[in-house]
Amino acid sequence: MANKARALVDGLLDPLARLGHGGLKALAGLGRAHLLLLGILAGSWDMLRRPRLLLAQVFNVGVLSVLIVGVSGFFVGMVLGLQGYYVLSQFGAKESLGVMVAASLVRELGPVVTALLVAGRAGSALTAEIGLMKATEQLSGLEMMAVDPVRRILTPRFFGGLISMPLLAALFSAVGVLGGYFVGVGLLGVDDGAFFGQMQAKIDFREDVVNGVIKSLVFGVVATWIALFQGHDATATSEGVSRATTRAVVHSALAVLAIDFVLTALMFGK
Amino acid sequence: MGGQQSTQFPDGVPIGGACDTVSGPAAAPDCLVRIRGLSFSRGAQVIFDRVDLDIARGAVTAVMGPSGTGKTTLLKLISGQLRPDAGSIEVDGEPVETLGRSALYKLRRRMGMLFQSGALLTDLSVFDNVAYPLREHTKLNPAMVRKLVLLKLEAVGLRGARDLMPSALSGGMARRVALARAIALDPMMILYDEPFTGQDPISMGVLVTLIRQLNDASGLTSIVVSHDVRETASIADYMYIISNGKVMAQGTPAQIAAERSEWVRQFMDGLPDGPVHFQYPAPSLAADLLVRGVG
Amino acid sequence: MAKQHSIEVLVGAFMAAGFVALFFLAMKVSNLSANVADDGYRLTARFTNAGSIKARAPVSMAGVRVGRVEDVRLDKKTYQAVVTMRIDPTVDDIPEDTFANIFTAGLLGEQYIGLQPGGSQDYLRDGDEITQTQSALILEQMIGQFLFKKAEEGGK
Ligand SMILES: Nc1ncnc2c1ncn2[C@@H]1O[C@H](COP(=O)(O)OP(=O)(O)OP(=O)(O)O)[C@@H](O)[C@H]1O
Ligand SMILES: [Mg+2]
Repeated sequence: MANKARALVDGLLDPLARLGHGGLKALAGLGRAHLLLLGILAGSWDMLRRPRLLLAQVFNVGVLSVLIVGVSGFFVGMVLGLQGYYVLSQFGAKESLGVMVAASLVRELGPVVTALLVAGRAGSALTAEIGLMKATEQLSGLEMMAVDPVRRILTPRFFGGLISMPLLAALFSAVGVLGGYFVGVGLLGVDDGAFFGQMQAKIDFREDVVNGVIKSLVFGVVATWIALFQGHDATATSEGVSRATTRAVVHSALAVLAIDFVLTALMFGK
Repeated sequence: MGGQQSTQFPDGVPIGGACDTVSGPAAAPDCLVRIRGLSFSRGAQVIFDRVDLDIARGAVTAVMGPSGTGKTTLLKLISGQLRPDAGSIEVDGEPVETLGRSALYKLRRRMGMLFQSGALLTDLSVFDNVAYPLREHTKLNPAMVRKLVLLKLEAVGLRGARDLMPSALSGGMARRVALARAIALDPMMILYDEPFTGQDPISMGVLVTLIRQLNDASGLTSIVVSHDVRETASIADYMYIISNGKVMAQGTPAQIAAERSEWVRQFMDGLPDGPVHFQYPAPSLAADLLVRGVG
Repeated sequence: MAKQHSIEVLVGAFMAAGFVALFFLAMKVSNLSANVADDGYRLTARFTNAGSIKARAPVSMAGVRVGRVEDVRLDKKTYQAVVTMRIDPTVDDIPEDTFANIFTAGLLGEQYIGLQPGGSQDYLRDGDEITQTQSALILEQMIGQFLFKKAEEGGK
């Protein structure tokens, strides 16, 4: 009887304990992530004296992502052109197609889709790279050579992502506008002047373009930070690294979308 | 060679640690590494339990023990990559466990460590890997760096492999490149983690002599962690055998060879049965099979 | 070395492309180029109902944009909307008796201010007020009036 009651209480408390355990673990991870970020930032001065390292990372994150970002941007722009045309022509507002395409791209799709693409392409590669360096003791090796692996390896990657992201997002938006122009003006016959005229009248530089750039800067920080942290925190086995890579992509995608909501509410919610 | 070395260490010295044996008990300061009361555990697993250990300056000290006893952990503790739970670790008079980041990094410039896996930077060629510490910590001109790197690679017999990438090296070659890198800055002490595993008999022999030569030629201090009883005994000046968080035996190779303890005999002679069981603790095989069969 | 060099070139090209894209967004897509002409003179106009006119709405004359709305405020005494416009400096000969209307571009389009020039020889100067205005047409009001009239007619 007493045993049964005992089992019942345990059964009730177990999920609670698991929840608490999970929560504590998540908090500890968050703490480690912030410590890592501090370490990364502490290395920025060091990095400025070795611009080569930064250059290589802008190459890895930025240049190598240009193709996928450009192609995606063009297609997204074309789809926006098509969809927008069908909706707007029902209201006799085809001339606003340019506004619709540009506003969607500059405010939302440019920063968000670029961040998702970069997290998938470059972020996962960063996590795998750092995780493997840890698993193969390269990070410990650096440490034994009196070289701080966080400063030497992680900091340039962080700033590489930070610099590349807004530029990639701008490319995405610009190519997307051209894609929308190609479909709207080139194929569906929207008036050329109206397309750009309305767009220029409605898209505000500070409100839309600058806010979009700010968004992509924030996404650059978050996506790169998560990727680096997951790699640095990975269990030093091949399985651990592969798990960390998956986690990096999932976490950065969720973080980007959630932060996008908050930023949008703050920026455009007035 | 081993025999020749052990003549420096006459039998019958008091067991007070390696340092005292080098130049008599009076010269205790000639200890490069002094470990006192070291305790370290990973979770519930106690890896070191109040261990005292001394490494004499200028000598080759071997640390041996069964797999998983914490030999690698010991090297990481000495180099400050891990912090002990209790006890003190002094390297060249500096308390490693309390050093701050920059002091620790300064100390590490005078240490080289050969990792079990080599730990070469995979995106750099062999040459650049060996040049890495030189470029990081010295302001030598490229010509000088090149000269030094080629000399170090020559010492490990891999000068011809300087343009290969680490992925194109065998495990043994990678270990030798890592050794060249570890000695690039001419450190005062080198920690070797399993330098002999994965080496063919020839390069094993070369490595054994190389470690000894490096040690004697440039006044290095070497700590060699290894399972290879014979090779290690042939170059070590002093040996520690650790197991279950304790130092089981210590002494010169001759002393260890003369050790009567059953445990040490089993380890040194590689006997399958004795106080150490090959099997992880388990019920008897018959009982286990029977239960499985019924269930 | 050659590899390092080509990396440098590619990174340079990437950054240039990124900045060109940003420039394109700023000048071609958004209104930065229009905002640059922030000189010009101010006119005000009072409307009993300013509809959905907001800052940066276009001000046009005969379908040509001559300026933009800078500010819309409520006059607390008269309960009228005071709209401040900034007119391009090149258009410095708007007659004093000009009429300001609030128009809608298309049925559902954006509202803008249309100026209909009068015949006076005196021109509006910086800080002047356009006195003749017509408020925005409110679609709901028009429909309401239309239905009311129909109902009256039907009642007869
Ligand atoms: N990162 C870690 N997390 C948890 N436990 C660890 C970790 N690294 C090592 N251990 C444990 O510490 C013990 C000692 O490990 P260590 O690598 O020092 O052994 P070793 O003596 O070097 O063995 P080997 O001769 O096989 O290399 C092992 O039992 C291992 O299970
Ligand atoms: Mg080991």
